[in-house]
Amino acid sequence: MTNITLPQPVRLLSPWGWTLFIGLLLMVGVLVPVLNLYLPVAHPLHMSDFAVSLIGKIMCFAICALAMDLIWGYTGILSLGHGLFFALGGYAMGMYLMRQIGTDGNYTSELPDFMVFLDWKVLPWHWYFSDSFIATLLLVVLAPGLLALVFGYFAFRSRIKGVYFSIITQAMTFAFMLLFFRNETGFGGNNGFTDFKRILGTPIATPNMRMLLFVLTGACLLGCYLGARWLIQSKYGRVLQAIRDAESRVMFSGYSPLPYKLSIWVISAVMCGIAGALYVPQVGIINPSEMSPANSIEIAIWAAVGGRATLIGPIVGAFMVNGAKSWLTVVAPEYWLYVLGALFIAVTLYMPQGVVGLLVSLKQRLQAGKGESS
Amino acid sequence: MTPDLMSQGAVRLEKHKRKQEAEVNSGGRVASFSRIHQPGELDLVHGRILYLEDVNVSFDGFKAINNLSLDIGVGELRCIIGPNGAGKTTMMDIITGKTKPDSGQVFFGSTINLLRHNEPEIAQMGIGRKFQKPTVFENLSVFENLELALKTGKGIKASVLFKLNGTQKDRLTEVLHTIHLENHLLRQAGNLSHGQKQWLEIGMLLMQDPKLLLLDEPVAGMTDQETERTAELFLSLKGKHSLMVVEHDMAFIRQIADVVTVLCDGSVLAQGSFDAVQVDERVIEVYLGR
Repeated sequence: MTNITLPQPVRLLSPWGWTLFIGLLLMVGVLVPVLNLYLPVAHPLHMSDFAVSLIGKIMCFAICALAMDLIWGYTGILSLGHGLFFALGGYAMGMYLMRQIGTDGNYTSELPDFMVFLDWKVLPWHWYFSDSFIATLLLVVLAPGLLALVFGYFAFRSRIKGVYFSIITQAMTFAFMLLFFRNETGFGGNNGFTDFKRILGTPIATPNMRMLLFVLTGACLLGCYLGARWLIQSKYGRVLQAIRDAESRVMFSGYSPLPYKLSIWVISAVMCGIAGALYVPQVGIINPSEMSPANSIEIAIWAAVGGRATLIGPIVGAFMVNGAKSWLTVVAPEYWLYVLGALFIAVTLYMPQGVVGLLVSLKQRLQAGKGESS
Repeated sequence: MTPDLMSQGAVRLEKHKRKQEAEVNSGGRVASFSRIHQPGELDLVHGRILYLEDVNVSFDGFKAINNLSLDIGVGELRCIIGPNGAGKTTMMDIITGKTKPDSGQVFFGSTINLLRHNEPEIAQMGIGRKFQKPTVFENLSVFENLELALKTGKGIKASVLFKLNGTQKDRLTEVLHTIHLENHLLRQAGNLSHGQKQWLEIGMLLMQDPKLLLLDEPVAGMTDQETERTAELFLSLKGKHSLMVVEHDMAFIRQIADVVTVLCDGSVLAQGSFDAVQVDERVIEVYLGR
């Protein structure tokens, strides 16, 4: 019997990967603040406020794309409702920011402006703890998490799969959008929340606060990436991929798919919620249009363009698509939706592995070519 | 002594004989009194690992399984043959918990009622199943496929913290040799040949260390040489594991079979040695007569 060497467990990141990771962390945490805050505006290396807020926003989207990749790329469950979890996290944060306005609103009332406008005298019950930052942080995690848990439990227990699941998630986000559009729901109706003044008692629209949020978002994205990588490289991650490839074999190997699907579904939803909570203070507004079906579909497009089932791919995809979007909507705003549609079709037809997948296969082909010639 | 009494005695003798014959296959195990019954533990003292009794299943009025009664001994290699639509795959679906029968009983050992459990539970209790179409995790490597099938904790926490230990590595190496895939360790399972996929799936069953293996057409699509090796493998598994093999390849069946059961229209048509079954009038009729 010849001895065979079994593959060693993979390290979380290679030394080179760690270098890159630390480098990115330093870039987000040190380089960008210096370039933006301490270099004079005239300096060629100065980073504009616009660039900071744009990249900050895109990093929130990248967290969503990463979350989508965990559930779609690795587990094979396409959710077209992730925009809802993003918006729920955003609304939870928005409620806190509304309460922080205090009596500085247009009506100088303790109540948020829209409630005064609706002639409400007291806070509705679901606003009771919204003045506490700790409670808000909990709500950011719990609101999307619990909704995903309940929805996922019933969907996965009934073994709803494939396109049916996608349609139901799409319907769910649409239903929530209609619910949040109503004034009676108590979330500001179609205007949502805006005109934020403070966060944790400090003014929100200052360069320093903008930078703090940027750094937090960057750290969060990198942290999510590391966490996702750790999950995917464990046997848990391989069970997820096994569920994607052959669920019946997973069952007959003694694994119950329900807890696996449910856990990754909830993790994915919570990641989106956190992204939403970071997004709202940066853009200064949240309204029900964040729950529109198109937003959820866009998240799937980022993941598909970047490359499903590669963790770096969706992040790259989020940056590429949103970068193109912010450029095109200035240059030729009327064409953006056509470009987006064409992009989706092109990626599906010609690059099923996405950009990163394409690069990986090119690299492999080059290596194979080298191997043959030498 | 009246003829009446004599015939009663003959019946009693017949019954006793039958009972004795039924116990021959117990593998030398003796039923002991005052055994402690452990819930969930496989009880094999009666020498039978699987019982099916009066099982009925119908799909939209079509009776796929019709009063099927069947039992399999410990360490036995049982071959199941039968024309298409005889209910072979449906029977496996029932045993593994995929399909619930309309009536009847299915027991694993003497005490475990399989109808009360779902697929993952049944798999963990020790029933492994190979599908008709080879089903492996196409995007994972051969190594990862086997690692996933390994008999170990299957909960989320166990999976997140899982690390191969020495014994498990040895087991993996052993199975890799058994299925002749030791040189394809890191290959993606989707890139294997059809026969190799079949082997990988059998290897995954072995990793689970099942007490009973259900194999649905294990040699379909294999070359003659691969079929030969599979036959050797099954014969070596016999005794340690109980096997139920559904196959259409008669040469293969002849090679491995002790007892062949012929299914037809959802119930047992005939049972016996390969040669006995081959000359059975009814079997010839269902295979050739239509």
